[in-house]
Amino acid sequence: MGDAETKLTLIEKLGRVDRRIVFLVMGLAVLIPLLVHYTTMIPASPIVQNMFDKVESLPPGAKVLISFDYGPSTAPENQPMATSITRHCLEKGLRIYMISLWATGPRQAMELIDEVIKPEFPNTKDGVDWVHLGFKAGGQGLINTLLADFRAMYTTDVNGVSVDKIPMMEGVKSLKDLDLIYCIGSGQPGNKEWIQFAGDPGHIPVGGGTTAVMAPQLYPYYPKQTVGLLGGLQGAAEYEAALIARYPKYKDMSRVASEKMGPQVSAHLVIAAFIILGNVTFLIERRRRRKA
Amino acid sequence: MFTSHLAASIGMWIAGLLTLMIFSFLYKDNPFYKFAEHLFVGVSAAYWMVVGFWTTLVPNLIAQLWPSHMGNFVPSAVGRRPDIWYVIPLVFGILMLMRLSPKANWFSRWAMAFVIGFAAGTNFTRYIQSDFVSQIYSSIEPLYTRGLSVMGTIGDVFSKVIIVGGLLSALIYFYFSKEHKGTFGRAARLGIWVLMAAFGATFGYTVMARISLLTGRMDFLIKWIGGIFT
Repeated sequence: MGDAETKLTLIEKLGRVDRRIVFLVMGLAVLIPLLVHYTTMIPASPIVQNMFDKVESLPPGAKVLISFDYGPSTAPENQPMATSITRHCLEKGLRIYMISLWATGPRQAMELIDEVIKPEFPNTKDGVDWVHLGFKAGGQGLINTLLADFRAMYTTDVNGVSVDKIPMMEGVKSLKDLDLIYCIGSGQPGNKEWIQFAGDPGHIPVGGGTTAVMAPQLYPYYPKQTVGLLGGLQGAAEYEAALIARYPKYKDMSRVASEKMGPQVSAHLVIAAFIILGNVTFLIERRRRRKA
Repeated sequence: MFTSHLAASIGMWIAGLLTLMIFSFLYKDNPFYKFAEHLFVGVSAAYWMVVGFWTTLVPNLIAQLWPSHMGNFVPSAVGRRPDIWYVIPLVFGILMLMRLSPKANWFSRWAMAFVIGFAAGTNFTRYIQSDFVSQIYSSIEPLYTRGLSVMGTIGDVFSKVIIVGGLLSALIYFYFSKEHKGTFGRAARLGIWVLMAAFGATFGYTVMARISLLTGRMDFLIKWIGGIFT
């Protein structure tokens, strides 16, 4: 009897563990897999594979608009998506038009240009194979305008070069002249607005990636209103897996998201353990109260 | 070369220390956390304002009205004639700023009315089409799909029944004109389970998102601290 009471007290103590201990355990669950480079490769799910196949099906020279609708706060989730899609597009010889509905987006596009496009694709040229048009305010109003007249809002690229002097802007009068819109979003305006104001009314294929927080709200648009969706870091890791499966040369460099899936596994196990512990102690306490 | 390396190092130190200041809140509220929080809010607001001014107001408004004066900032404005129609958004923009004046702040309502009217008009049709009509089409589909294997057909039919059943039961839960009793009540009860499953999925994804962000910060701290000792 005495032993049983001691055991129950111990479980109760565990159930009332200080929240700072929980934070510390969670921190270690994320830190240790990063230090030991524990990675997991996740095969592409149909919704991600469909996105990959859409890009794969485009002929060389096809026009892909990438909208950087996020900022540094969600870069750990969104930037690997941008990296993978850019590699895929330039590998296929597609032309990339970079814009942003968020003021923080151009900095992320610049990071991509400096760290991926220039070092990995030195033969591609600014204005010929890719162009960075920068940020414009307006959200869905901006998309609405771009659908009717692209040059009404984008008169220059980020360097101030007139769009009339940019070779790859020839023939781009509206969003309807593009072959694919790929939005990397983390809120509003983002993926939803691109579907509502460009994809649906203009009958333009829209796909993209989003933070995990936003993903459940966007899945209902698949497959009729969006060609595919990368949901959070897992979606990014799945796209990396699809890219490596098709282009094995990216095996070593295209694993940014995959490397961060290791901490996801351990952190989720810790969370599940704490949820179970909390519920067990709750049930034990309730039973004791009823007995008393 | 040395200067840019030094600037990058200083940037890393500032970012690293600010990250630790924010994390210090996990122990308890403190002045370091408050400093980092206020700095973040101030810098974010200033950044959005500066970027908005130079990427939207300058090329899309000021350069349209006074192109000859904007040649240094917007090269494409050189040689262009002023477009007088842009006086209208300029006036509306000034009206919006009237909000700062206690006596004349009612002027801002005109600009606000225009913005709300435009947003409501454009959003209404798009939401009806994309989020209502198209979603009904996507939710209720023919049960049988050609070209699938036997197992594929069973799975396909099962998932379609779940979607339609879940959708209808969730809608029934929100129908309050009839008392939730009998078959109607059981359907409403099923609706609660469907909603709980949806909320659970959303919560799971939110947890994944937060861990991703924590991983990003941890990764940065490892690189920063590793850089100090190498």
